[in-house]
Amino acid sequence: MKIILSILNLLLISNALLAQENIKGQIFSKSSENLTPLPGVNIYWLNTSIGTISNEDGKFSISTNSKTNKLVLSFLGFQTDTLKIEKKSNISHVMKESNLGELDEIEVTQRRKSFQRSYLSAQNITKISSEELLKAACCNLSESFETNPSIDINFSDALTGTKQINMLGLSSPYIMITQENIPFVRGASQVYGLTYTPGPWIESIQVTKGTGSVVNGFESIVGQINAELKKPSLSNPFFLNAFASVNGRKEFNFHFNKTLSQKFSLGIYGHTSQRTMITDNNDDGFLDMPKTRQINFLKRLQYTDAENGFVGFLSLRFLNDRKISGETTFNGRSNNLNFSSWGSEIFTQRADASLKIGYVFPLITYQSIGFQSAYSKHNQESFFGVRDYNISHESLYSNLIFNSIISNTKHKFKTGLNFSRDIYFESVDTDLYKRTDDVFGMFFEYTYDNLENLNLVAGLRFDSHNNIGTFLSPRLHIRYQGSEKPTIFRFSVGQGRKVGNIFAENQNIFASNRTIQIFPSNGSIYGLKPEIAWNYGLSITRNFNLFNRNADIIFDFYNTTFLNQVIADFEKLQYIQFYNLSGKSFSKSFQIELNYKASNNISTRIAYKNENVRTSYRDGFKRKPLRPYSRFFFNIEYNTVNTKGKGWRNDFTYNIVGKQRIPSNLFHSNGFVASSYSLINFQTAKVFSSKFELYLGGENLLNVRQKNPIIAADNPFGRNFDASLVYAPVFGRFIYSGIRFNLN
Amino acid sequence: MKKIIFLIFISSMVFSQKKDIVEESFEVNGVCKMCKARIEKTAFKQKGVKNAEWDINNHLLTVLYDKSKLDIYQIHKSIAKVGHDTSEEQAPDEIYDNLPMCCLYNREEIKKGKR
Repeated sequence: MKIILSILNLLLISNALLAQENIKGQIFSKSSENLTPLPGVNIYWLNTSIGTISNEDGKFSISTNSKTNKLVLSFLGFQTDTLKIEKKSNISHVMKESNLGELDEIEVTQRRKSFQRSYLSAQNITKISSEELLKAACCNLSESFETNPSIDINFSDALTGTKQINMLGLSSPYIMITQENIPFVRGASQVYGLTYTPGPWIESIQVTKGTGSVVNGFESIVGQINAELKKPSLSNPFFLNAFASVNGRKEFNFHFNKTLSQKFSLGIYGHTSQRTMITDNNDDGFLDMPKTRQINFLKRLQYTDAENGFVGFLSLRFLNDRKISGETTFNGRSNNLNFSSWGSEIFTQRADASLKIGYVFPLITYQSIGFQSAYSKHNQESFFGVRDYNISHESLYSNLIFNSIISNTKHKFKTGLNFSRDIYFESVDTDLYKRTDDVFGMFFEYTYDNLENLNLVAGLRFDSHNNIGTFLSPRLHIRYQGSEKPTIFRFSVGQGRKVGNIFAENQNIFASNRTIQIFPSNGSIYGLKPEIAWNYGLSITRNFNLFNRNADIIFDFYNTTFLNQVIADFEKLQYIQFYNLSGKSFSKSFQIELNYKASNNISTRIAYKNENVRTSYRDGFKRKPLRPYSRFFFNIEYNTVNTKGKGWRNDFTYNIVGKQRIPSNLFHSNGFVASSYSLINFQTAKVFSSKFELYLGGENLLNVRQKNPIIAADNPFGRNFDASLVYAPVFGRFIYSGIRFNLN
Repeated sequence: MKKIIFLIFISSMVFSQKKDIVEESFEVNGVCKMCKARIEKTAFKQKGVKNAEWDINNHLLTVLYDKSKLDIYQIHKSIAKVGHDTSEEQAPDEIYDNLPMCCLYNREEIKKGKR
């Protein structure tokens, strides 16, 4: 859906410029020495009622008029100008201020406008801007959610240090993660995929809580995370970023963006990162963090033909990623045939290609067609001690969407088709698994807006899957706005389904010597049946004034109930068991969040959440292990960066991660409940200009560490060896620093 | 097969629309969000109106409509009927007087010819 929205957005801007008989132009205001585009200017033909206003970029277009050629430009706080239009050429006009005092008023209204926009969607969407992304230590998508209390981060295992994200009590396989609305983190890339998108490539992230739109497929059960990448036509021609931390992580990023012609622009983005340092602060003989090396390239070609309403994107990327973990003495498998030390290597190569085309019908801007297609080949070769796991995943995805209206724009609809093919080939030690998933889907989504206080999105999709059959997925989102002082109610309900890729999703099982057992139940994927869940939720947002400053408070309650689930059961000592649910399984999440801007420079966010995730395991109905029961979050930002781009940006985050249930292990035969702990992160950035900044930060300042992240570390080839039970940071406090350099 | 039927369905929807759709803007007097809802709802009620948006700041109503089905003057008339003066049509006084307090715009504005 978003692709179409973003294409639409692009086009709405350009579409205003399209029709043949239009006069177009751009209006600026002069502040000190710079010209800045002036939005909201009234532009009309003298003595007529034909008018328009300039958009965010100060641009406008107005159809030619037979009666007059005198165009009036007026804006509060500026001198009104009348222009005589002789030719149909572009107009570029600078308006002169008439009174400085009135200008302040205009700024206030503008701010309020951008503030309201996020309240209009029927879905519960939070947008994380690129500015917000700067607050994180660095450096890839998995680390971009530190200031978002809706998303929890935990570690998949004690070896790779891979961060896994959770929303509404459920981990990333239940969240649809897309890149520019093309599913990206799924299948073979489920566990490590978030680390494959470098932070500097990201323009913004949209987090949707609750069931997703039918347009994006049947998989988004608890929500969707979409990352929009930088667009070559809008980005700086050159960007450079370097980063280093005391734990030995070094990163280097560069971007080039070039406008090739009026219609084409090209972007080349490169990223390389590595960590070669050997650290073992807890003296268990194992690396606290893996040795890594990643090389990542992206080439993007953007096509914008505003006159004819076409927009297109062609992207190619290539990734090469290697992670080495295990005992500090490990020096490669070939040197270790006598099992003198335990080591692991995960080597991934991935290539992606995607094409998007959007077309908006001239003048009838409510009607558009979008097509997107993506191909990827993912190859992971890995070993963990004596265990082997290899996966190759080839994927083809395509989606065709048609947007239009029924009679008028109060009733909109989206409909379309998609097709996807996924070819998996896995080898788990000596077992081979091969599978092809072909899915053909159709969807229809209706949007109603009563223009006042109610909007509603109702969607239905039909999918035919060669391995799990044909089925319908219904989804509904309703937004109702209370009184004039906005209280917004959002309700959503929907059903989602998912195929359980048991090994790819649970790669932490290989970080242990647990014996793998699958209890088949007549299904066609590893003998298991697909997962089916209903998700429903209510969200209430209330806006109010506190000491004359804007504040909002958000209550979220969501429930996910599984009709069927593929359970990864760590309860039995020395075993990992996979089976379908028999009994109950649910995840209930309640969150309260307060956002308050205490002054122009200080903004704060406080949140508390409680999560109740319970599943029927073979040995009883229990809380899901390694999921905090609750979380408290506090963030304060002090930002003095002025309009000239100079100043300080300081950020402080305090988290209390609640109690967690740990399943039975060598030390606690009946399991135990790990107590809560606090995490403090801090970052300060000195912004010298819009071109250059220096930053310094620290994570986990209290130096909280899990005592024995690796169980039986002294006997890594024994049956009790287990690095999969991680509930607290393995690595203690760490300090980092970096520079960002932009060329305009 | 299904795919083909679907494509035919879509393309028929797209290309069967032989319409004369135009966009026009004109001034409509009003004050608040309630006015906005009333003005837009009234515009939408006219058959042939595809989209209507009233800008609370500059008082311009932008309508996208099918010229073959509707004359722009009908929109002016219908909006005046619910109490809002437009650049071409005055609202009846008794309807204006019955508008909620917050909607009572300054009637002189258009008469005087702000422009």
